[in-house]
Formats: sequence, C-alpha cells, structure tokens
Amino acid sequence: MPLDDHLFRREYGRLVSSLTRIFGVHNLGLAEDVAQEAFCRALEAWSLRGVPENPRAWLMATAKNRALDVIRRQRTAAGHAPELERVLLSEQTVEPALDDLLLPGALKDDLLRMMFACCDPRLSEGTQVALMLQILCGFSVGETAAAFMSHHAAMEKRLGRAKAVLATSRHLFDIASSLQVVRRLPAVQRALYLMFNEGYHGASAETSIRADLCQEAMRLTALLLNDTRCATPATQALGAMMCLHAARLPARVDDAGDLVALSEQDRTRWDQTLVVDGLALLELAATGPSLSGYHVEAAIAAIHANAADFESTDWTAIVSLYDTLMRLQPSPIVALNRAVAIALRSGPANALAEIRAMRDRDRLSGYPFYFAALGELEYQSGNAELARTHFRQALSLARNPMERRFYARRLAACDTDAASFQGLEGIWDRAFEA
Amino acid sequence: MSEFAFLFRGREPLGSAEQQQKTLEKWRAWMAELQQRGLITDPGLPLEDAAKRVVGPDRVVHDGPFAEIKDLVNGFIVVTADDIDAACEIAKGCPIFEQGGGVEIRPVASMTP
Repeated sequence: MPLDDHLFRREYGRLVSSLTRIFGVHNLGLAEDVAQEAFCRALEAWSLRGVPENPRAWLMATAKNRALDVIRRQRTAAGHAPELERVLLSEQTVEPALDDLLLPGALKDDLLRMMFACCDPRLSEGTQVALMLQILCGFSVGETAAAFMSHHAAMEKRLGRAKAVLATSRHLFDIASSLQVVRRLPAVQRALYLMFNEGYHGASAETSIRADLCQEAMRLTALLLNDTRCATPATQALGAMMCLHAARLPARVDDAGDLVALSEQDRTRWDQTLVVDGLALLELAATGPSLSGYHVEAAIAAIHANAADFESTDWTAIVSLYDTLMRLQPSPIVALNRAVAIALRSGPANALAEIRAMRDRDRLSGYPFYFAALGELEYQSGNAELARTHFRQALSLARNPMERRFYARRLAACDTDAASFQGLEGIWDRAFEA
Repeated sequence: MSEFAFLFRGREPLGSAEQQQKTLEKWRAWMAELQQRGLITDPGLPLEDAAKRVVGPDRVVHDGPFAEIKDLVNGFIVVTADDIDAACEIAKGCPIFEQGGGVEIRPVASMTP
C-alpha cells in the first residue's frame, strides 16, 4: 500500500483541528499530544506490518481511542470543550459524540475553523503564519524556525505565547458565522500570501523547506476555494497568483542549487498544469467590482506565463499593472519593482530616476534586492565602479548562501567581460517581498 | 540456516510529521528488501509501551512499562541467516539506528536436535 506524499503532515493538521474542537481551545497542547501519539503508534505499527488499507481512518480511530481515554480520565478536570460538556461527561453519549465529531464531513470545517483561529488579530502576521505551519501543517518547531531563519528557542517561545493567547478565548472560532468568516477572511488571505512568499522569496536557506511552504500555502488556499463563503474573487486571485508563481518553481533553481534568473529560465520546465489552473482562477477572479493586490500580482504573473520568452514580455503592460498596485498598496518595494519594470521597458536611466524620486527609499536600506537592482542599473548605465559598490552592499545583506552566490556572481561579472552579465532582468524574479 | 529474532529496542518515534513519514518510508523499504531476499520467516509484531506484569505466588498485578524507555522492546521480527554474524550484518541496515535505538539479535532455539 503506497503512502501519499506528506500524508502525515496533512493528517496531523486534521487531527489537531478535530481534537481541539473536542478538548477545547484551552487544551490545544493536549490535542497536539494526542495527535502526535497517534502518529507514533502509526510509525511503530506500520513499519513492521505495512500501511493499512485506509491510513487516514486508522489514524483517526487511534486518535479517537486515545481521546476517549483522556476524557474518561479527566471527567472532572475540564479536559474538553465547554459546549460539549454534557455529551462528553456521560459514558452513554461520549463515544457516539466523538464519532460524530470525527466524521469526515466535519473535518473540512474543523480545518477552516483552525485556520481562521490561527489568524487571530491579537497575533502578529508572522506569528499567525508560524502557528498555521505548526498546527495545520505539522511542522516541528525546528522546521518552523528554519522557515523564518529564526532560532529554535525563540520560535518555541513565540509559538508558546501565541497558543497562550488563543487559549484565553472561550471558543476557537465560530466558523458557522458568515459574518465572522467574512470579517476575518482578509487576514487569512494575507497570512497565506505571506506563507507562500516566505517559501518563494524567503530567507530560509533550505530549498526543501521553501518548496514545502509554497505547497502548504496552496493546499490551505484550496480549502478556502472550496468554501462558498471564502471563495471570493480576492481568494481566487490569490490562488491564481500562487499557481502562476509556483509553475515557475521547477525552473527557478538549477541542479547546483543556484537561483536562475527569469531571463535565463528554461520555460519548457514551467509547470503547464499550474499555469492553466492559475489562468482559469484569474478568469474566475475577474468577476465582481473589487480589485485586490492579489489580482494585480496574479495579472503580472500571467503576463510572464503567457510570454513565449523573456524578450517578448509585455513590459508596458507590467509597468501599468505596477502603477495600479502602487495606487492600491503603495510601498517602497512595489515602487522598486515598478522601477525595474520601467528599466526593461525604457532603459536604466529612467529607472534610476524613478528610484531617486522615491520618497521612502531609505526604508529599503536593509533589503539586498534594492542594492542589487541599483547595481544592475548602474552597470547597464556604464558605471561599473558604482555598480560594484552596490553589489558589495547586496552581498553583505544576503540572507542565505543561495542569495550570496547570486550576488557574488553579479559582482564578479562587473570585473570581467560584459558577455557573462545577464543584465537587470537577472534579479527580476526576486521581485516580490512584503 | 538458522533463525534469529530481531528485537527492536528504544526507537524514539519523535520528530515532525514529515520526519516521521520519512522514517516510516525507510522502515518499509528495509522490510521490503528483507522480504525480497526471502530472509523474513516471521514478520513479527509491533508492541506498544503500555504494559502490566503479574508477579509472585500472589499474582500481584503491576502497571508497566518496566524498563527505561531506551530499553523497551518496541517490536520484533524473525529472520533467517547463516549464522549470528550474518544476522548482525542484516541488522545493520535497519533504520532504527537513526532513531536512537538498537537491535538485539537472539538465536531462536531449534526444535530439531
């Protein structure tokens, strides 16, 4: 019996979400322990006797039995959700109640509920993402810390504090209330957007962790897309953006683990299924009066996906989409990306003028891409010396070996012949970062 | 050819969900390889930690487990090998060593004199 890739990771999120519904949000830790135990049992039993016919049902049944033990032992110790007190306290009703709560149909809602609960406005956006990774995607503290380039102890503390905040709520999140869902939906979209970007552009050096982040963000976004209240045009646009970016992932890192510039990517390696999915979602998203940043980013990604090669990219359309994005969500990073697009449309001098005109560009002083962009533009304008200074600055700010090698290659290109120089578009694919 | 029981001790099934699945895949690959080579005479049984022990003439029941976690037997299989040295070589391929555990190799007593 073959096992689906990442089955444990996925089922972990399901189990914790359902168990938290049973034990109550104040017992999130207990739910995690019980889920963890179910996986330990699975690992022990399945490694010798093989994977059962229905591994999901096996895990759920194991978790249920363990939950029954816990509830029976803790009858008086409030080891359950307050709204379930009556059914769980009686020996006659406890088991059928658990069976009901763990029905496959209930699972989808449990996952959504947990996803919305993690995006609690009392938590910072980064913490919301970290919490989702741990609870819904089964990431260990170590894996979560690696995703954020954070230290193990710091991440442990951060997650612990976040769970303590959630535990002060009497209820996890009222997923049945459409009003609550609609109110919190933008925060959930934003967290998924950040999770995806952390994977796509983030600081973590480990490429496998980064690909996993993208994949998990897409899986959770699919949950939103499957819920009528959550499948708004903005969610569809977010999904489109993820598909269209993820389509490029196979071509984005070469066999040696180095970043490959968009201009150099082998477009035949782009995942055409994801391109088609992304374009279809973008079309769905085009209904309704609202235009979100996700729409614009997806539209930019769609232009790249539709371009036969780098040279035939419609930079004029891209610049105008960045103009729109600047109106919707002005930020120095969007402005910088717009400048890069202007360079490709009408040359480096215009782009440098745009960057100099940016009012808040000092906010980019810790951002390696800013200096790399300046370096590329200066180099193209014939100022090799200035270009070197900028590339050195980018190199000193690089956040992982992959970035470091990328900027080092650029710096070296300034010293040698122009032929090996890939040009400004080289860093184009590093564009988005919030 | 003789039979040997492999007693798996002290494996720690810790780590993230993803790591656990990777560990499971390694076990499955190892077991499949032994199976393919026709070395497994009994696929054995996994054993859970919870245990009881009945002792003494009064048959007093104690709650277990009775060993340190690192010494607990988590399961066993029975393999055939030429001799105990060959059995040890087979055991060396077991993924349990990456989980902080070990394999105890015990010759199965022969019923033929």
